[in-house]
Amino acid sequence: MSPIQNSKGIIIPDQHSAPNVAYTTVIFVSSQTMSKFVSIFFRLKSNTNFADSLRRTSLRNLNVRNLMHNRYSVSFPLLCPHRCSSTTASIQDQTIDFPGGAVEFIPDMRFISESPKARIPCYRVLDDNGQPILGHNFVQISKEVAVKMYTNMVTLRSMDTIFYEAQRQGRISFYVTAIGEEAINVASAAALAVDDVVFPQYREAGVLLWRGFTLQEFANQLFSNKYDNGKGRQMPAHYGSNKHNYFTVASTIATQISHAVGAAYSLKMDKKDACAVTYFGDGGSSEGDFHAALNFAAVTEAPVIFICRNNGWAISTPISDQFRSDGVVAKGQAYGVRSIRVDGNDALAIYSAIQTARQMAVTEERPILIEALTYRVGHHTTSDDSTKYRPANEIEWWRVVRDPVARFRKWIEKNGWWNDTAESELIRNLRQQLLHTIQVAESVEKPSLADAFSDVYDVPPSNLREQEQWLKEIVTKQPQEYPANIYV
Amino acid sequence: MATLFQGLGIVTPSFSSSNSFDSNNFLIPSRRSLSERRDGIFVVRSDARVSQTLKTGARKHELLVPNAVATKGGSSVASTSKPGHELLLFEALREGLEEEMERDPCVCVMGEDVGHYGGSYKVTKGLATKFGDLRVLDTPIAENAFTGMGIGAAMTGLRPVVEGMNMGFLLLAFNQISNNCGMLHYTSGGQFKIPIVIRGPGGVGRQLGAEHSQRLESYFQSIPGIQMVACSTPYNAKGLMKAAIRSENPVILFEHVLLYNLKERIPDEEYVLSLEEAEMVRPGEHVTILTYSRMRYHVMQAAKTLVNKGYDPEVIDIRSLKPFDLYTIGNSVKKTHRVLIVEECMRTGGIGASLTAAITENFHDYLDAPIVCLSSQDVPTPYAGTLEEWTVVQPAQIVTAVEQLCQ
Repeated sequence: MSPIQNSKGIIIPDQHSAPNVAYTTVIFVSSQTMSKFVSIFFRLKSNTNFADSLRRTSLRNLNVRNLMHNRYSVSFPLLCPHRCSSTTASIQDQTIDFPGGAVEFIPDMRFISESPKARIPCYRVLDDNGQPILGHNFVQISKEVAVKMYTNMVTLRSMDTIFYEAQRQGRISFYVTAIGEEAINVASAAALAVDDVVFPQYREAGVLLWRGFTLQEFANQLFSNKYDNGKGRQMPAHYGSNKHNYFTVASTIATQISHAVGAAYSLKMDKKDACAVTYFGDGGSSEGDFHAALNFAAVTEAPVIFICRNNGWAISTPISDQFRSDGVVAKGQAYGVRSIRVDGNDALAIYSAIQTARQMAVTEERPILIEALTYRVGHHTTSDDSTKYRPANEIEWWRVVRDPVARFRKWIEKNGWWNDTAESELIRNLRQQLLHTIQVAESVEKPSLADAFSDVYDVPPSNLREQEQWLKEIVTKQPQEYPANIYV
Repeated sequence: MATLFQGLGIVTPSFSSSNSFDSNNFLIPSRRSLSERRDGIFVVRSDARVSQTLKTGARKHELLVPNAVATKGGSSVASTSKPGHELLLFEALREGLEEEMERDPCVCVMGEDVGHYGGSYKVTKGLATKFGDLRVLDTPIAENAFTGMGIGAAMTGLRPVVEGMNMGFLLLAFNQISNNCGMLHYTSGGQFKIPIVIRGPGGVGRQLGAEHSQRLESYFQSIPGIQMVACSTPYNAKGLMKAAIRSENPVILFEHVLLYNLKERIPDEEYVLSLEEAEMVRPGEHVTILTYSRMRYHVMQAAKTLVNKGYDPEVIDIRSLKPFDLYTIGNSVKKTHRVLIVEECMRTGGIGASLTAAITENFHDYLDAPIVCLSSQDVPTPYAGTLEEWTVVQPAQIVTAVEQLCQ
């Protein structure tokens, strides 16, 4: 299969080729051994001399162990002119059938370096000033989509600012911001279809926002009131909405990655035109679930997109303490998963990459790994003060110079799709709206006592009904011992 | 009885809001009573020590009928006139699984070596050929990941049956089982349900070593949101498998390594058992013996000895480990006033410990003597045959305990 270019001019690598090694597959030969595998690929030089061909045929009969030792050169003294040190093609013509496929063997002991010569390059469309880079290729987006993306990014930013303030004021107990990662959130959601099922970690509120979750609904979840989809059972920022195909956030790290593979398997069985998408951070990629899930996805050929938000920090653990590989994208090939590294603060790059990935995942039934490089500008959560472990000027630099929202704004303004008036109006409206949602959400009553016991099972069993009854009696008998807004 | 088997559509009893000990609680037409059960010849073959055929008193003794044609199943006692077919426990599990897979295309199986290999205990044998590789999925060795995969698939509409090659391996899946399987229906506010079945063989086998002789039911019993059942006969294995698959809740089905080759005659008709019910194995008057899984057979062997000594034990196979069927158990306690629990779990934190607490809390007034709980010791199961035997409760110990209890 030769490298193909899809209609967008994006080069997709040849499935069978390994990068950095030039192979040409020439001949189909059947194996002498009763191998399960259909073909062995090996390389033939056009002009081989008799000695070479003799060696080749006799070597094929030797067992593997002999080949590995240097007895190889000793056993064939007549053939010294063609010793292994010359590393000509003829000596490397031998392959061995191992379970898993034929492998070419080499006489010299070569360790693969722990780090590549060059880091895997990063796909980017807009430069730091929001101008398209020369020679770019990206998926064109319409004005409507671009403006919607921008307004959603600004909304997410405002939401984060105001809800964070609310937590600091003690009105909600906890919050998680996505500052600095708005492009990943919104642009990725924009590139997906509404049927694609999303398995988030906890820093992807923008995906839900894009899909239509209202600010009031966000506020309801944060205040754990009775209108919360989760009926007040999860921590703030652990949103979930089956209507929007956004699976409820669980605090456990990386467990959702396996879920996504299972969901992709389910979609594949149902032959749906949809894929599963999951998000996780650089820290999450260390969990066992990540590795097994990637492996599974490759083996089961599941249509799933793995999006790693590599934002440099796992609470206080920097990348250098998290892994020593070339980021997360390098791990994709290790599992047989096609992967790409993208500038996570470039909305257009994210949009293009994800849309292409989705196409591949659904039509070719394969997993794709996308590493989006970005920076976590905010603290890990409201329970964290990141200035304790990283320099404030580093945070400031990323917040201002590498701001994904400002960068995208420059691009849409250049296209004449946005201006300052629109900006100030948006900001003003948002602030008003958000403060209003907080007020409303705060005043709505909390879920009733029965909601502590329902949904554990489909039908409450006797022990739970007993426990609920007992609790009801106690709360009714001594209401002064319990908060006034408990609804029995 | 007019309605011999449970209706096909009725799987879980619908709970009324009344007291759970109300006898009108259960809307199931009937439970298969012991008298019908006794019609089957019940042969315990795998365990060499329990080799007798249990033929209980109420069974009509059918004389040898010289048939011209050899009867199916090799039984010489008039099997042509008897309904049903004979099979081994692992075949019963497979039959249940196969019927459910035929009935509902969303049911799928995943686990290690479940595909063409047929499963390490052959429960899924033949299913991959019949239903395809996608519905009977061979997974790499990553229990947490494939259990997580099952949960994700369940949340998006499939009904996966996840097989742990040995229950002990599911310790690796504890994170997914506890934090996600049990919790996601609740934390999502009921938006996402997880109709998954997690099954596998557990319990103390024949010299399998400590790591492969674990009783996971003790560790899992606290997880909110899951149901646990343990099968012990081919009849209840098939019925519980079907019920577990049809349940909307996550269910963990505990099988036992030594019970897979039990042979029994089960009905041809389709039947589904209730996940929350206990099974009355032998009604009696003097003492209630509560047990489950393999210990049932040790208890029944002890029961023979006890009957010869003049005792009349009531043996109940609790089957439902979470939640306990306190209705059946309660009625029994009210009748006999003495309770003996025989389990394979370890003394600390086992099913017996929770059951003791539950009975004491609810039926304290009906007890004439403290509850006695016979369990394995708090030791890893040793390999040596003699040592292993000593860690498991033996029939002789059961007999002694009953004698002491009934003094």
